[in-house]
Order: sequence, then C-alpha cells, then structure tokens
Amino acid sequence: MALFQIAEPGESAAPHEHKLAIGIDLGTTNSLVATVRSGLPIVLSDEQGRPLLPSVVRYLKDGACETGYAAQAHQASDPKNTVVSVKRFMGRGIKDIAHVEAMPYDFVDAPGMLKIKTCAGVKSPVEVSADILRTLRERAESALGGELVGAVITVPAYFDDAQRQATKDAAKLAGLNVLRLLNEPTAAAIAYGLDNAAEGIYAVYDLGGGTFDISILKLTKGVFEVLSTGGDSALGGDDFDHRIFCWMLEQARPQPLSPQDARLLMTKAREAKEFLSTRNEAPIDARLASGESIDLTLPVETFASITQTLISKTLQSVKKALRDAGLKAEDIKGVVMVGGATRMPQVQRAVGEFFKQEPLTNLDPDKVVALGAATQANLLVGNHTGDDDWLLLDVIPLSLGLETMGGLVEKVIPRNSTIPVARAQEFTTFKDGQTAMAIHVVQGERELVDDCRSLARFELRGIPPMVAGAARIRVTFQVDADGLLAASAREQTTGVEAAISVKPSYGLSDDEVAGMLKDSMTHAKDDAVRRALKEAQVEAQRMIEATRAALESDSHLLAADEIVKIEAAIEKLQLTMLGDNRRHINLAMDDLGFVTQTFAQRRMDQNIKRALAGRTVEELQQEAGE
Amino acid sequence: MDFNADHFTLFGLPRAFRLDARMLDSRYRELQAQVHPDRFTAASDADKRLSMQWATRANEAYQALKKPLERANYLLHLAGHDVQAESNTAMPVEFLMEQMEWREATAEARAGRDHLELERLFQRLRDDLDAHYEALAGLLDDQNDHAAAAEAVRRLMFLEKLLIEIDDALASLED
Repeated sequence: MALFQIAEPGESAAPHEHKLAIGIDLGTTNSLVATVRSGLPIVLSDEQGRPLLPSVVRYLKDGACETGYAAQAHQASDPKNTVVSVKRFMGRGIKDIAHVEAMPYDFVDAPGMLKIKTCAGVKSPVEVSADILRTLRERAESALGGELVGAVITVPAYFDDAQRQATKDAAKLAGLNVLRLLNEPTAAAIAYGLDNAAEGIYAVYDLGGGTFDISILKLTKGVFEVLSTGGDSALGGDDFDHRIFCWMLEQARPQPLSPQDARLLMTKAREAKEFLSTRNEAPIDARLASGESIDLTLPVETFASITQTLISKTLQSVKKALRDAGLKAEDIKGVVMVGGATRMPQVQRAVGEFFKQEPLTNLDPDKVVALGAATQANLLVGNHTGDDDWLLLDVIPLSLGLETMGGLVEKVIPRNSTIPVARAQEFTTFKDGQTAMAIHVVQGERELVDDCRSLARFELRGIPPMVAGAARIRVTFQVDADGLLAASAREQTTGVEAAISVKPSYGLSDDEVAGMLKDSMTHAKDDAVRRALKEAQVEAQRMIEATRAALESDSHLLAADEIVKIEAAIEKLQLTMLGDNRRHINLAMDDLGFVTQTFAQRRMDQNIKRALAGRTVEELQQEAGE
Repeated sequence: MDFNADHFTLFGLPRAFRLDARMLDSRYRELQAQVHPDRFTAASDADKRLSMQWATRANEAYQALKKPLERANYLLHLAGHDVQAESNTAMPVEFLMEQMEWREATAEARAGRDHLELERLFQRLRDDLDAHYEALAGLLDDQNDHAAAAEAVRRLMFLEKLLIEIDDALASLED
C-alpha cells in the first residue's frame, strides 16, 4: 500500500490504480518485454541486466526446458533439442519451410502445423513460443511485483490468419491475457511517432530475423492510420546468414555436415554478418567435428553481392505497398528502420537510395517494437490520461476469399481493408435437391486456390431441397481488431437458418488450449486449477470494475429497476468470486453480461451521438475530466 | 443512433455526391474514437461485441463514401435506382470505340516500353475522369436525373478499370 500518491508530471493523480500492462515483441531471433513506467516506455531486463531474450528454447530429458541465453549456449552441442527461430514455424507445415535440409530437427508433419520431436516429447511451435512468452511473463511479474492485467503481443504485419492465431494461442498458453495482437511496424510507428510528434506519411521498413514488413502509415494528430502493408513472412536476417553459410560451403567444400557442424557454421555466418555491420571484412574460422577446418575472409562487397537479391525482394514489396496506398516514393516524409537486420549497411544504403532520403535510425531498431507495444498496452488498459490519447487504424495484409467452381478464388475482403471489417457474399447450389455445401476459406492474392493458403473448411448442412440455383447461401466474413477471421454461412430464401462459425484449421479450440495449459502447468509443478481460478477471479474483478465505471458515468441511461438488476448481478458475482468454483464464477459473469446488454447498447448510442455532435475527442475528454 | 441508418446519416453529412472529404475524414475518426475495439479491451463481452459491430459499420460506411464511384453507386442505391452494372451492359457504340482506342494505345505503349507515353495516357485519362465526375455531380445533386447518372456510373466503371490497367502497365515497366 502506497502511503503517498505521487502524480506524474503533466498528469493528475489518477483516481484509479495504475494497471500493470506489458508489450511483448516475440521475435524470430530475440524477444523483449516492455512496460510503461512513470509515463515512459522501458524495456525490462533480466537479473543480469540483459534486455534481449534470445528466442531459443532447449528441452531437457526430465520434461523441463530452459530458454534464452542458457538455451542458446547449447545450440551447437544439443541441436535436436534446442529450437531456434521457432517463429518461422508458426502456423506452417513442413512444405512451407525453406532450407528444411539445413535444420537439425526431427520434424513431425501434423495437420496444419508441423511439430518437433524433442527428448521432452513432441512440441508444437505454439508450445515452444509459449515457453518463451512464459519466461517474459515471469520476468515482468517479478519486475513489476504484481498480477498483469494484460499484454499486447506484436506480430509481423504480413502474418496471415494461421500465424496470428498460433501466436494468440501461444500467449494464452503462457497464461497471458492478450489485449491485442499488434502489427510490428505499427508498434514501431507508435514508439517513433509519439516520441517525435511526427505528422505526415511515413514508411516503416521492418527487417527482422525471419520476417520482412513494410507499412505505409499516415500520422495525424492522435491518429495512426495504416494505408497499406506488405512484406514476406519468410524473409529476414536468417536468410542473410544462410547466404553466407552457402558461400562458406562453396568456398571451403567440406564433407557433408553433421547437425552440430551445420549449426556451428550457421552461428559463424551470423557472427560474420554482424561483424560486417561495422567493418570491411570478416574473418571466418571454424573447426569441424570431422577434423576439417574452415578459414575464410568475407569482404563486405562480396556479402553485399550475395545478398543483393534478398534486398531487391524487400524493395519489390515496398513498391507494391506504395502502389496499394496510391503513393510514390517522394510522398514519403520519413522512413523508419526497424529490426536488427536493418543494421546491415547494404540494407540502409538500398532503402536510402530507393526513398532518396536518409532512413531514420534514432530509436534502437531492436527495442522500438517492444516499446511501442508497451505504450499501446498502457493505453488499452486505461492508464493514459486525457492529453495523451490516440487511435490506431490498422489493416489486414492479405485478401480473404472463398473457393468457387474450378478451384478459383473469389475474393471477399481485399487486402489492406481497415479492420475490423465484415463482408458477405452470396452463393447458390449447382445441383437440384442439393442439401449441403462445402465452404473453403482461403487467404492470399493469387487466382487459384492451390496458390493461396487454406485457412478453414466447413460444411453448411440442412439446406432445404430446391432446384439448382434457387438457394441463396450467404457467407459472412468478420475480421476482428486482432486481424483474426470468423466465417459463417446461412441459407437465406427459406428462412431456415443454418449457421456455423469456424476458427481457422490451425487454431486451437479453447479446450485444447486449456488442456495444454494444464499439461504445461504439471511440468512447472504449478497448480493448473488454482491458476485457472485465479484467472477467472481477475476477469470477474475486471468486469465488475468496468460495469461500476459505466454505472458511475452513465446511470442516467437506465431506469431504476434496471439499475437494481445490474447491481444485484454485480453483488452476486462478487460473492461467487470469493468462492473457489470457477464454473460458478463464469456463470455469474454471464449473468452480469446478460443484464448489462441493453445498457451497453445505450451507452454506445450515446457515444456515437456525442461523436456526431461534431465535437472532438479532446473536447469530450476535457468534459469527462471536469 | 440507428445501426441501420444510411452512411450519410451515420456521419451526420448531407446526402449528396459533392462531399467535403476533410469533413468525412474527421467525422469517421471521431466516430471510430468512440466505438473502436481498442476502447473496450477491459469491457464485458457484450460491450466488446457491440464495439466490433459499430467499428465494422463505421469502416464500411467510410469506404462506401470515400471513393466517388462507390459514393455515386450508393446514392443511386438509396434512391432506389440500382446501377445494374452486371445486367445492363449496353453502351453507345462511340463510347466502346473510344475504349478500344484507349486500350490499343495502352497495349502499344506497354509493348514498346514507352514509359513517357503511358504517363501521358494516364494523365489524360485522369483529366477525363475529373470531367466525368464533375458532370456526374450535376446529374445527381442538381438535376436529380438518376437514369442518366446510372449510365454515367457505368461508363465511369469502364474508365476506372482502364486507369488501373495503365497503372499496371507503368508498374510492369518499373520492374
């Protein structure tokens, strides 16, 4: 209990408590966790003061795991059980992965997403990512000294639905309440834009360890509007390492490599790349297990020429994003560089030449995404005060569509649509008396289904028999603010409703997540039931607070008997919360949700009317603050 | 506020083709600032669902009004005079001839990798489009002539598609 309430500069002593929220940059190579403290975003370091957590997990025979530097130290000696760059496997099957042959893992091809066989059992990329996220969660909890309200997790803007869903599942599995999935370049823009009070159109060039994103954003006072985004979710710093690795093999021509030697040479390649960020040539020497030795010198010009095609690939995406936004390179006011791989001088040079301006590198490219995520998390949990408010309008990176006759794709929602977005399309039956219809949801820009990513298949049954072409089947896509899709279908003509909602095939059901959560908790010798109960209690508390706040500001929208009902439901939830029955708590939450439904609608109407009265957000906030 | 109100009412704007784009932008942002899911991360599920529906609605309305061709389409739809772009494809012969000429010129410039000519075609078509939209504004806002406006919209659909083709040709020369 604090004895003194100390107000931050420029902010009045808030009547409510500061809520603990974090932003996590779950990177291919490194991950970070950040929070906002005293109004400033900061990265939380480990006990040794290291801000980065290498995204490496090593599984041990007893079922436990180690993460970060401890795991990284064993990546050459125990390559099969030490998973690096797991982000590349999220929501992916084996056939999607480049350079599988250079990887030391025992892959298991599971439907939808590959898995890796380790000495601690078969692990899905979701579980491996969850182990990284859990380490970061624990780091944050011990640094902040309390229960976290929630986290913003960043994903590459170009991640498709399956990759986003996998990331959200991993976060849930790590016991995090996901406030929002936030696109990495957008997070960087928040960190950068708020820092510099920037206005105008900016490009964010984000070359990470395994992914490349380009986002074009319009920054105006209080609004970050993404105009377009593009990229490649399988292109990053790792590929530059791989080019060096191939060059080394060509030069030295060693015997076929063991997994250990392959890992060793990949590490040497990465070191050489990093060395060349500040020097003109890199010495490479390695002693292989076979007794052979490699002794090479890589000049920076050679490095630039063997990676030339990778950089032009990124510039192709930049051109496409500019075209999608209806802009030319000269319309861009500033180019923000994000991701450790943008430290390579040939990357900075190429981007500078393309935009005819010096790229902005004044924020640490490794930290800027985490800092932006923390800033957004702080806003989302409501810690911000009146004058530092902003709105984020992001887009989906890839078109969503349906398979139609002949394996063709009918686009339903085009790429770069601002989210949330919903769109419906009507289809009909092609056979007399047809009572079922298969619906196949795909994502991508190509015309043929086989060239797009298959997200989900489901069947609409119970269509009343009609002649061909008479049924009207309406398929609706809804993409939420996390960029995640829900699809449903319904037959219109007869009034018979047959609707189904799907989660993409790579997504895990809530039960599966709960099951995995329980398993992982057993390993951690934690009490899964207690943890789940605790979560329900936190959720209930949050709901009570939200309802109370709504009553306080807007009770004039309710009749006296409605208020009584809501208060009774709050009281009941409060009582149930004290007990240890999670199911009862959930039921009481449902009840409260039910009695506040109309209230929620009226409040929304009121907000909209206020917006329409033509007053600005700032004015409304001033009013609310008075 | 009625969730099913028309897009103009939603933004508190007069129902007309001539529209203050800056006003639309700011009304859209004000509305999103109130209803966007980011404002409701700590709210109940009912609040969250409503917020997503409203934010979706705001995006839909904004997209429908932002681009002139879609706005015209929408106005005609409100007036009960659908454009029938798919069923009514009859076009005056001279318009179709003109289209052929444009397309041939574009294909020729593309084959000859004539960047300058493509730029020139692009600019000419843009100016052409501006004039067409000006005329459309008169038909919709002043003369209330829906039949003529619908025909103008059908022509504009051709021209907009042509503009995209020229732009694609320009992009293909750059690669």
